[in-house]
Amino acid sequence: MKLKNNTLSLDATDLEILRALQENSRQTYVAIGRRLGIAHSTVYERIKKMEEERVIKKYTALVDADKIGARNITAMMSVYTDPKETERVAKKLAESAEVVELYACISEELLILAKVFAASQENLHAFIANSVAPLPGVLRIRTSIITRKFKEAQFSITDDSGGVRL
Amino acid sequence: MSLETASKILRPVPREKAFYFFTSIGNYTGVSASSLKEFLERVNDVNVKSLEFHLYRGDFEKWIAEVLQDVELAGEVKRLQRFDLTGDTLRSQLSMTVSRRYKRLTGQLGMART
Repeated sequence: MKLKNNTLSLDATDLEILRALQENSRQTYVAIGRRLGIAHSTVYERIKKMEEERVIKKYTALVDADKIGARNITAMMSVYTDPKETERVAKKLAESAEVVELYACISEELLILAKVFAASQENLHAFIANSVAPLPGVLRIRTSIITRKFKEAQFSITDDSGGVRL
Repeated sequence: MSLETASKILRPVPREKAFYFFTSIGNYTGVSASSLKEFLERVNDVNVKSLEFHLYRGDFEKWIAEVLQDVELAGEVKRLQRFDLTGDTLRSQLSMTVSRRYKRLTGQLGMART
């Protein structure tokens, strides 16, 4: 990994290490080293450096919320706002435990798009009616309840053929 | 009914206690009411789907009883559910029910002032 014009430049080994970690971040330096044909000390050094530079932001667990009964309803909520209040509304929504992803978007109008988890349709409605609609600057809300998931993935640095996207 | 009670029912409520009109779960129309007067105005012009949605969920009676604290009107609105009203018939019946009550309350306050 090199620093060029204040931008980090990863070499092929760095990318291969990242790919291995994205597949399984709990594997050992030895296992990664063996797979890539390099010393485990090299793997350790590279990973440490990428952690320090925040290329690797964190290691986390993907929990299947359905299996533990943590959610029954997932919805995508579009909140149309007065442009002057968008930032404030978004910050307020970000504080809610029900909101798990939050974006500001431009379509025909400026809007906030949020992914919301709730235990039931009634809880979803109560959250939107009591905590979202009353926020100053909210003009209207459109909500779609997700009925089926076709894909959920983290961004991968490699494409389907195993090549590096970067 | 005491003047104090009538005045309490007619008072505007804070933004977070207002009634927010939805057409279905999570779909907010952008229309809200912060007092009985505003509620009556909104009943007359909001999307009629919203009236159907809230009436049969019991949202109107709940808000009128718990926030405006008008148990009598809440009971009258609840009774409308039994008629299976929809569309403009529902709008006019609901409007008439709320309007009658509103006039009675404001009349009472008006008489007290004269």
